[in-house]
Amino acid sequence: MKTDALIDLLVADLEPSRLRFRASLRLELACGGAAAGLILLFVLHLRPDLGAQLASPRLWLKLATMLTLTAASLGLVWRLATPGAEAKPWLWALGLAPFILGLGVLAEALATPASSWPARLVGHNAFSCVTLIPLLSAAPLACLLHVLRRGAPADPGLAGAAAGLLASGVGATLYALHCTDDSPFFVAAWYSVTIAIVTLVGYVAGRRRLRW
Amino acid sequence: MSLARAEAEWGELMRAAIAGDGAAYRRLLASLTPALRAVVRRNCGRIGLDPGEAEDVVQETLLAIHLKRDTWEPDRPIAPWIMTIARNKLIDARRRRGKATVVPIEDFADLLSAKGANEDHDRLDVERMIAQLGERDQNLVRALAIEGRSVRETAATLDMSEGAVRVALHRAIKRLASAFRGEKS
Repeated sequence: MKTDALIDLLVADLEPSRLRFRASLRLELACGGAAAGLILLFVLHLRPDLGAQLASPRLWLKLATMLTLTAASLGLVWRLATPGAEAKPWLWALGLAPFILGLGVLAEALATPASSWPARLVGHNAFSCVTLIPLLSAAPLACLLHVLRRGAPADPGLAGAAAGLLASGVGATLYALHCTDDSPFFVAAWYSVTIAIVTLVGYVAGRRRLRW
Repeated sequence: MSLARAEAEWGELMRAAIAGDGAAYRRLLASLTPALRAVVRRNCGRIGLDPGEAEDVVQETLLAIHLKRDTWEPDRPIAPWIMTIARNKLIDARRRRGKATVVPIEDFADLLSAKGANEDHDRLDVERMIAQLGERDQNLVRALAIEGRSVRETAATLDMSEGAVRVALHRAIKRLASAFRGEKS
């Protein structure tokens, strides 16, 4: 087939403006996040002491860490899937979340006696943390992998991993409103492990599904 | 033509195409093709690909530009978007040859010194890819592309509705793109 003939074919296939990829990404993320939010509200329920804890710096640190992760990985996912967009600064921005959490761990170490550290680290809900964050991340991850099929990532595995990170950021933010373990020690140990698992799932799925 | 002017023109044509202007889309692809061909050929030589493969990479790049055009945001420059797609397709082509891949693509400005490269290398590979399509899709692709018929005429010839022709065409284009990647779908 001559290239001119291919051009004829492509012109015949032109459909007027569908939704741009960036808009689709936001829309699908909102859908996945809404589904996870409904699971939180009606299946898992908010923590009963949420109102009382609104003054707790530990709760806010937890939320700030997860929201920072979510924002940075959202910027990253879009850029990784868009040809010619510069993703590097957003890889750096990802470091912000562990940095905030690190400050929290330091503050916790200074503010509490060493004898209480093991109990704070182990918490009460380590098992539910490791299982429920993936549950809350599932819908956002499925939506993201679906919309990324329309993207054009140079590195499908990396884009999938970033989608996993974003999905687990959403899942962990929601889970933070359910889980009563607020110590930065707990968050650094269990949330991180769980987020790493979801990210790995995203990486594997991306490598298999996002080639174009 | 300066880089800024070429880019402004391509961006303008793509914006019109997104709004559904087929004539603008044809002008865009026709204007991009010789520029892509020149830069792809030059890079094929430099990374050890057979020059005959260049036209395959050009066609694959055009297919990707078409299928992924939603990822271009009208408020962003179009040249880096196009070049990154071409670069990725060169890397894919090289990977298929089993070679390790770091492809430094020359500056985009090179595209503009490239007006000479117009002749078309007709490769048997692409015919083979069309042959992988089902019989109905092959007829459809040949009617639209090789015989130059319109969607309406093709629909009448093949006794299909226009909508069905469009759906089948879009699916055939996606299959062509995956045939280039060496996938069955």
